[in-house]
Amino acid sequence: MTVKIYDHIFDPFSEIQQFQHSAHFAGKFGATSIFIGTMRDFNEGDDVKAMTLEHYEGMTQKQLRNIIEMAKSQWHILECLVIHRVGAIFPNEPIVLVSIWSAHRAEAFEACRYVMEELKTHAPFWKRETLTTNETRWVTTHSAN
Amino acid sequence: MITIRYFGSLKETLGKSFETIDNAENFTVLDIWHLVNPDFSIAENTLTAVNMDYVSRSEIVKKGDEVAFFPPVTGG
Repeated sequence: MTVKIYDHIFDPFSEIQQFQHSAHFAGKFGATSIFIGTMRDFNEGDDVKAMTLEHYEGMTQKQLRNIIEMAKSQWHILECLVIHRVGAIFPNEPIVLVSIWSAHRAEAFEACRYVMEELKTHAPFWKRETLTTNETRWVTTHSAN
Repeated sequence: MITIRYFGSLKETLGKSFETIDNAENFTVLDIWHLVNPDFSIAENTLTAVNMDYVSRSEIVKKGDEVAFFPPVTGG
């Protein structure tokens, strides 16, 4: 189970490939479920040109590990990789990756959804966005889906 | 000593990200807020953590603890 916090752009597909390649579960998994969150260039009806993600170093990692442990207690997961960006982010860049490996698809789908939803409500990250007008504002709400 | 940290928009509202206090034995998280922010009432949606775990505002804080106050999280 791996949690990574990056302050630079990353390629989620390369990360998945590398992780799977170096992992110990070759031949054991039949399902990989992946969620990638990407920055949009709009929010709440405004054009957004950049975003800064702040987090609580240490608590972020602790909460993400707790979430993964909770997922492991509910589903048979072979491996989990979670990567989240902090710092300056621009539209079309990935913000978050959740990847779950399991023997069967139902577990992979459900655990991936669970980890992502729990991350949204428990991992201490805060977004501040810069509009194309150069106005900046804290994001205060999540989209419901 | 107890360390207090603030994040997100709350850090800007209060104009501080970090402070320490002594002599706050047996204070609750809420007591600590009132002690160090007498001019600001705590917002209903403010989240609280001690030693990087979520806690209620009635949690008793001990010497050496790190207390954090922050707005609802918006990651992902």
